Amino acid sequence: MPVMTMRDALNLALKEELARDSSVFLMGEEVAEYQGAYKVTRGLLQEFGPKRVIDTPITELGFAGLGVGAAMAGLRPIIEFMTFNFSILATDQIINSAAKMRYMSGGQFKIPIVFRGPGGSAYQVSSQHSQALESWYAYFPGLKVVMPSTPADAKGLLKSSIRDDDPVIFIEQERMYGMKGEVSEDADFTIPLGVAEVKREGTDATIIARSLMVPIALQAAEQLEKEGISCEVIDPRTIRPFDINTIVESVKKTNRAVVAEESHPFASVGAEISAEIAEHAFDYLDAPVKRISGADVPMPYAKNLEQLAIPDVARIVAAVKEVSYV
Amino acid sequence: MATQVVMPKLSPTMEEGQLARWLKKEGDKVSMGEPLAEIDTDKATMEMQALSNGVLRKILINEGESAPLGQPIAIIGEPDEDISELLKTASTPKPEKAAQAPKSMPESDAATPVEVEPQEAEAPEATQPISSDGQKSRTDGRFLISPIAARMASEAGIDFKTVQGSGPGGRIVKRDIESAIGDQKKTAATKPAVGRISIPRPAREGVVYGPSAYRDEPVSEMRRTIARRLVTSLGPVPHFFLTIEIDMERAADMRHSLNELYPDLKLSINDLIIKVVAVSLIQHPEVNASFQDKTIRYYEHADIGVAVATENGLITPVVRAAELKPITEVATEVRALAERARARKLKPEEYTGATFSISNLGMFGIEEFTAVINPPEGGILAVGAMARKPVVREDRIEIRQTMRVTMSCDHRVIDGATGARFLQTFKQIMENPVYLFLDQ
Amino acid sequence: MSSQPTERNTRPKNSPAGSAGVLDRPEEPAAQLDEDRDTLVKVFHQMLLLRRFEEKCAESYSLGKIGGFCHLYIGQEAVGVGAISVLRPDDYVLTSYREHGQAIAKGISPEAVMAELYGKAGGCSRGKGGSMHLFDADVNFLGGHAIVGGQIPLATGVAFACKYKETDQVTLCFFGEAAVNQGAFHESLNMAQLWKLPCIYICENNMYGMGTSLERAMSSQNVASKACAYELASESVDGMDVLKMREATRRAIKRAREESSPTLIEARTYRYMGHSMSDPGKYRTRAEIEKYQERDPIKVFTKTLKDNGILSDSEIAEIEAQVKEEVERAVRFADESPLPDPKELYTDIYANPIN
Repeated sequence: MPVMTMRDALNLALKEELARDSSVFLMGEEVAEYQGAYKVTRGLLQEFGPKRVIDTPITELGFAGLGVGAAMAGLRPIIEFMTFNFSILATDQIINSAAKMRYMSGGQFKIPIVFRGPGGSAYQVSSQHSQALESWYAYFPGLKVVMPSTPADAKGLLKSSIRDDDPVIFIEQERMYGMKGEVSEDADFTIPLGVAEVKREGTDATIIARSLMVPIALQAAEQLEKEGISCEVIDPRTIRPFDINTIVESVKKTNRAVVAEESHPFASVGAEISAEIAEHAFDYLDAPVKRISGADVPMPYAKNLEQLAIPDVARIVAAVKEVSYV
Repeated sequence: MATQVVMPKLSPTMEEGQLARWLKKEGDKVSMGEPLAEIDTDKATMEMQALSNGVLRKILINEGESAPLGQPIAIIGEPDEDISELLKTASTPKPEKAAQAPKSMPESDAATPVEVEPQEAEAPEATQPISSDGQKSRTDGRFLISPIAARMASEAGIDFKTVQGSGPGGRIVKRDIESAIGDQKKTAATKPAVGRISIPRPAREGVVYGPSAYRDEPVSEMRRTIARRLVTSLGPVPHFFLTIEIDMERAADMRHSLNELYPDLKLSINDLIIKVVAVSLIQHPEVNASFQDKTIRYYEHADIGVAVATENGLITPVVRAAELKPITEVATEVRALAERARARKLKPEEYTGATFSISNLGMFGIEEFTAVINPPEGGILAVGAMARKPVVREDRIEIRQTMRVTMSCDHRVIDGATGARFLQTFKQIMENPVYLFLDQ
Repeated sequence: MSSQPTERNTRPKNSPAGSAGVLDRPEEPAAQLDEDRDTLVKVFHQMLLLRRFEEKCAESYSLGKIGGFCHLYIGQEAVGVGAISVLRPDDYVLTSYREHGQAIAKGISPEAVMAELYGKAGGCSRGKGGSMHLFDADVNFLGGHAIVGGQIPLATGVAFACKYKETDQVTLCFFGEAAVNQGAFHESLNMAQLWKLPCIYICENNMYGMGTSLERAMSSQNVASKACAYELASESVDGMDVLKMREATRRAIKRAREESSPTLIEARTYRYMGHSMSDPGKYRTRAEIEKYQERDPIKVFTKTLKDNGILSDSEIAEIEAQVKEEVERAVRFADESPLPDPKELYTDIYANPIN
């Protein structure tokens, strides 16, 4: 299998799905002429033309709502937010329209739309451009939320998201676009939504990590292995619906869980995972579930402060040791 | 920076030391190397020297008191320094075992951003007062134990209250139970044949108990067949009988002692029997049960029916949750119930819904008899008279006070061996009633 | 050029307070009655049906049979009926939460609408949407939407899809004048004109955004002129005159269907009832309401029909009787329809449920 960046894996997924289904179109700021603010949509305008790959004005609420309306009328829009920070302007249409349309119409409409773009921290882009918003969207029934952590997952999950008949929030990590990995070039390669993956097997502690935290958790596991602690690393990949079973089965085996996440801690996805573990694996726990989250502060600009705000290998290692009582 | 002064090791074999004399008082200036106190070890009285400069801020053990090695006995610090944290941790005895426990973080962790995520090495529970019996995990009557450890302990039949916890604040964690299971295997050979007896914790004063809670479990096919066939043979409640002889010397002694302490109580042997039956029933829940056709009902408490003869015939007032009540309360309650029974003042809820009954004809000199089960109870214990009899003890004939009891069992619920095991426990406690006073 | 503002939106920019209402319009020539009789009777029938239906809703609401919010359309019938009556059945309608009338006008049966208001399984949204969320995919009625202005980008998207799929369907989007102050309105008009989308935006200017009058909420009260900024075709119409509504909408439909070009229509109208059933209406006088009731759309249209010899008094009485029976039938159906099955709580959340 060829090795490619996550950026190219996403690009490939978009290309294949645009080619596969003429009802799929891509819309967003700078996706066409500019070739994508992060080059994820590079070459798509040239290949599919301005009808299918559409530059929008800076009008997030407007084009998010336009996408939902187009989905109601039978198209399969892919709406790119230049970053998910800007999706905040569009939340009325995502939450009040996309998430609820099927329910409040008594099942008459499906909304096959993907809202995608980079989320989480980047490099020194400060408070308004460094937000992990998955817990917002995961809160709402009617939405699905997907966060890939490898190029292969990015491709397989994006293709599944585009083919899915429900609104999907697909959050790519800005720092990970350049990450490389093997990716299938098979146009039929997809990864089902709602299925977690054990990224590394282990016996002593379970680390649940998503997106950017997955490679960091894997490094931590590597280091802990040398110290005699065997960690299982699980990436839920889909945040909603959440595959709690894979995690519970792992915790039953290891009796210890650490949740690593980039987002703020309060009411985060990690808080939900902790609660679910307590609910479903309480009798198997040997220590309280430990959460490692981003700092509970707006993201600072200064490089050293920014580094402190994002969980790193050392903090995950310390957390695993804490729950392992060593 | 303030430091704790701990009980030092002053001889090769020393395990604890007694503080003979403080050579400084609180507020005195001390400098490194200066004598601080005299300690009596197992060998001699030794002088103990200060290991830091400052002021003796706090003395933690008084002269004449002992402390194990490593336990903080004083705090030395600057005159105005805040030592509240040290005081809190000092109240936790640190037996040697804890000191040997795996040390916390390696060097690399010092680099972790503590401002962001303070390491909680000193969890809040670690600062809670701990009982002096050395059971670290017990704080304010609560035991700290992880869920998996609790479950493993229960599955392995380990009383976790006897396990020393190695987690934060003395929390008993998985590895503690694993090592206890190892110990259990080692000592299994030396264990007494009779199982461990755990006495239910006494109830709080003034708690009033209604009829016992219960759980119903479906009757198995096999049990249904047993029930059907036995009923055909013996009538609706197929009885069988088990008799055992009890050495009553100690029980009689205890009754005597208690009556000396509480002259008004007029504790009878029967009161003691009620209590012991109740405690034994809790050990053997399968006997504290009733046959309900499709299900078997297991009761949570031992509600004991006590047969009382009145002018109008037999009535069995009920002592609720007898296993939880102190013996003195059982005695008082039985007395009151019996009086009300004879005065025909019992309310229906006071004489119905027992889970097990006792009938005692000892006062009539009856040595041994069989009683009829009061359905739907699963059994009844017929108690004979206490009598002095020659018995063989350690190959010698001795005169001992003995008593014979016969248990009638509803064979639909209780099998022979089940009933026998119950009587074994009953005998074990009755012959050594001090069990009742062992707080776990 | 269709993309240029029409003459009618060149009103003075700072018109005096309260001058944006339908009563302030200069005298205009009466609409031409060049329609066939059947159509006119049908339009009249529908306006009357909407009026009686809403009156019944008010009654049912006071009896506790309808819950939640309930926004009535009384006084605005000419706008919904006029505009929708010139659509093709396969054209789309999206609207706000004051949509009972438009839903019926687009072809949802009064039974299904009333059952929805009653929260019954037989409702057009199976009891899950309620008064503010009526939907029927079969008649291309794409919903009542309850966040002010939320339907405007959605309608723009439906129009986008029609253009993408190269159909000649048009999309009609209704909203109140208060929605004009929302960003969604401006973002949508910009995109619609930028991409030439076949969408018709009909602002029902009933003078009040809940309890706040137009002059207290909008710096420039000429709604039609808002289109100028986006070079969108627009016009302001007497929304109390169903025939004028039909004419204006026809012009916009032609522009949309033939040129794939959007239009903003400001329909000046008035609601007689409160914003919702729980509105005491303290912000306006009885006299003001009565003044507008003189121009009541049904009254005006009845006179036109009678003056032109299209309907006689007895024929009108007959239609009244039919309408009464239709409304009664709707109430009976709603009463008899079962409540949604409790299992319905967890259905219709996802089209492709996982786990």
